[in-house]
Amino acid sequence: MREFSYHRPKSVADAAKAFSSKSEARYLAGGHSLLPAMKQRLNAPSDLIDLSAIKDLKGIKIAGGEVVIGAGTTHAEVAHSTEIKKAIPALCVLAEGIGDPQVRNRGTIGGSLANNDPASDYPAAVLGLGATVVTNKREIAADSFFKGLFETALEDGEIITAVRFPIPEKAGYAKFAQPASRFCIVGVMAAKTKSGVRVAVTGAGPGVFRATDIEKALASSFSAGASLPAVKASGLSSDIHAGAEYRAHLVGVMAKRAVAAAG
Amino acid sequence: MSSTSVSMTVNGKSVTKEVPARTLLVSFLRDHLGLTGTHVGCDTSQCGACNVHIDGKCVKSCTVLAAQADGASVTTIEGLAKGDQLHPMQAAFKEHHALQCGFCTPGMIMTGVALANEKSNPSETEIREYLEGNFCRCTGYHNIVKAIETGAKAMRR
Repeated sequence: MREFSYHRPKSVADAAKAFSSKSEARYLAGGHSLLPAMKQRLNAPSDLIDLSAIKDLKGIKIAGGEVVIGAGTTHAEVAHSTEIKKAIPALCVLAEGIGDPQVRNRGTIGGSLANNDPASDYPAAVLGLGATVVTNKREIAADSFFKGLFETALEDGEIITAVRFPIPEKAGYAKFAQPASRFCIVGVMAAKTKSGVRVAVTGAGPGVFRATDIEKALASSFSAGASLPAVKASGLSSDIHAGAEYRAHLVGVMAKRAVAAAG
Repeated sequence: MSSTSVSMTVNGKSVTKEVPARTLLVSFLRDHLGLTGTHVGCDTSQCGACNVHIDGKCVKSCTVLAAQADGASVTTIEGLAKGDQLHPMQAAFKEHHALQCGFCTPGMIMTGVALANEKSNPSETEIREYLEGNFCRCTGYHNIVKAIETGAKAMRR
């Protein structure tokens, strides 16, 4: 790991200020993607701005038909939240399946979304449930937040402060995990929401996307027995873990399992 | 060099050191405090040989900066026994011969204690799932699972 200066501001405003005054600063959330990348020298920030001491980024609230999760909330906190379990149990299932217990004790929802790893779980939840990403500058709808491989709509220095999930009628999450890392080979969040059926797929391609043909098929009958259209392999990822054709097949299988899990 | 002052409680003792900002918690424990019971296995947050507790939560200390643990209370494998008396989880590992080379053992025990603190009566399936972030490359896992079952039971007493 290259040398850097470390900062731990107590407020979002101080963090943003520190960021803007440095040449190559990076925010540090749980550090479970950034620190490994820095060890490999894929990332070499001049300054690390640790967001973990900012109290405003923590906590879970349920209000006005929404689950609001502070960006600094860990995967373990989401997985074990009895409030979320009542409102959107699929979110707990998703959080419980990330990495391993130690990773879940450190990794955060905000860090995961800002990183937007194409095989990570949270993008499927945010897009599939039609959530809103709240930052220190604005609110970004899920449909305009994810911009492909490790890219998001976040501007330089912008900080995710919370994520607002509208509570769906029902939702389910299913993933085919890479057996060593538990990253998604394919993960699907299927939700029946007030604004219609949403099906978001992670792991299958270079970034999370909505499976609109499957959404249409589920719109008439949101049931595991519904006949789902075949998914095309073009544009999907191929690597040592799974080819594009196999991933395309898995999208259909995981979509059915997600709907079944939604009950 | 960019250094930073780090203060924390390690196994009940307060420590303060000036360290390079990039110092990992595992290096802080091993190289600065001489607590070499915490091991560096993969150094990529996979194997769990470096597991310690920060404020009661089990974490991989190879993927935490010492600076991030500033102000926290850290427990390592050295902090479990009371003098010559092994912690119940350590005693259970000994009883069940839950190790061969012993390299992964400190991390396994820290994970076992964390699980027992979360769930006082974990099932075999729960133990196996909870061990997802710990690798053992010689004994296999059967005796480790038995040991954690026994250790958790002993911790209830």
